[in-house]
Amino acid sequence: MHMWETIKGSFEYGHPGFTGLSALIKIVYLMLAFGPGLASILTWMERRQSSLMQDRLGPNRANIGRFKAWGITHFLADALKFMVKEDFVPVKAHKFLFALAPVLALAPALIVAAIIPFGAPLCWGHLTEIVPTGTCGQAVDLQIARLDVGILFYFAISSLSVYGATLAGWSSYNKWAMMGGLRASSQMMSYEVTMGMAVLSMFLIYGTLEPGAMVAQQGYWPWQWGIWGIPTALSFFLFLTAAIAETKRTPFDIPEGEPEIIGYFVEYSGLRFGMFFLGEFIEIVFSSALMVTIFLGGWHLPFLDGLADRVPNIAFVLITHGAWIVKVFLFTGFQLLIRWSLPRFRSDQLMQLGWQRLLPVSIANVLITAGWILYSR
Amino acid sequence: MLESAQNFMQFQFGSALAFVVIACLFLFVTLLLGRLLRPATQNRDKGTVYECGETPLGGGWFNFNPRFYIVALVFLIFDVEVAFTYPVATVFQRWVGRGDGALAFVEIAAFVLILALGLAYVWVKGDLEWLQPATARNAEPPADTTGAP
Repeated sequence: MHMWETIKGSFEYGHPGFTGLSALIKIVYLMLAFGPGLASILTWMERRQSSLMQDRLGPNRANIGRFKAWGITHFLADALKFMVKEDFVPVKAHKFLFALAPVLALAPALIVAAIIPFGAPLCWGHLTEIVPTGTCGQAVDLQIARLDVGILFYFAISSLSVYGATLAGWSSYNKWAMMGGLRASSQMMSYEVTMGMAVLSMFLIYGTLEPGAMVAQQGYWPWQWGIWGIPTALSFFLFLTAAIAETKRTPFDIPEGEPEIIGYFVEYSGLRFGMFFLGEFIEIVFSSALMVTIFLGGWHLPFLDGLADRVPNIAFVLITHGAWIVKVFLFTGFQLLIRWSLPRFRSDQLMQLGWQRLLPVSIANVLITAGWILYSR
Repeated sequence: MLESAQNFMQFQFGSALAFVVIACLFLFVTLLLGRLLRPATQNRDKGTVYECGETPLGGGWFNFNPRFYIVALVFLIFDVEVAFTYPVATVFQRWVGRGDGALAFVEIAAFVLILALGLAYVWVKGDLEWLQPATARNAEPPADTTGAP
């Protein structure tokens, strides 16, 4: 009897069971379905795109019988291979940190998703009715944690992945891996300062750190989005550059360049290598999601003003979520495009760009934004 | 249930914590599953580190260039400073709306200029230059111990 009451209560708005269950569903969806799902597609897309852009062979081996579908089965083959491949650990490696490093590299990339709003709020109990924006009494936010510290949480968690790269290099007891780890740590730290400064001018404009509130302040029309404006476009450019540097991909792949630069995870094989590999792509997915949230209107569907007043709530939520997915997907595609278009920076150019070019510009940008807000009032 | 703001915030932080726990659990379960599935035939040669097929000489943990250490120190100071600026940035609009715009601007400028000053300092000191001229000590050729011509 008691258990039945609990189960029944889980479908009533405001019940602890309901809030807990809805949070759990959101977590499982973003962490196990959306993040790794899109990241897996990106691993295929990257190879496919490189073959189209640079006349490479591309993914042309994996198949299920006669089902090939342009090589999309490659990510299944990858996953299977990671799972059953033997895992070598160097004899002199620091065993505990060696095991911990891949987790430290992948877990922060997943956890940052907690603050990202991925759709309009669901109105529980009125799913099939038309609910104009802001009139819902039983709203379920499509955002896992609505923290006031918002973006600060993102930075706090994502900077932990520096430990993953550095410890992977150090714990392997391999000279090349350690050098790669040092390069990775200095690069990630250098660009994180720029990232923090670039987003500071957006905080001046929004007056909040909370991503849900930022999306609410942006409108349906693209010219109401965060990127619209001279100081904000500049901070978008700075943030994008720093975010690509954080993912350690071309043109910033000095820590680990696939065939020619030995990096911090050279000693890793099998599933642990797979974690570094997947972590890189999940980082792309959620950093893109964050940039879409801050600069590109979040889940707002462009050119359809007042959609909430015309379609049932559930349809509205699904449409906005779809719009968010499309935006994130296009943005990740843009990052892959950059990866196959630009040559690699040299190590000293990389540090120079970060500290002596982007950081002074981002400091000036904060002052310009503050002055602009003051002037426009 | 969640009427008070404090309860609401606690629940939100609880959700974030749940996310952290589930993410770690997911990764550890995956690693455990992999351990059960994969073969393990470790031998001495597989246990050596990869140096392009050569037998490794010397240890893997060496003294590294202090430049990396200085970059880490500078980052630490800058990042904390940037984090302190966030609360000022969030109330900036409110102060401008209240008519205290000039004061708010001076305040944000003070934070940012301290940062700029710090940047100028490390820049002038030359700690941001990745390629540094060889000092007299570094420029000395290594002593020839082999006796070969």
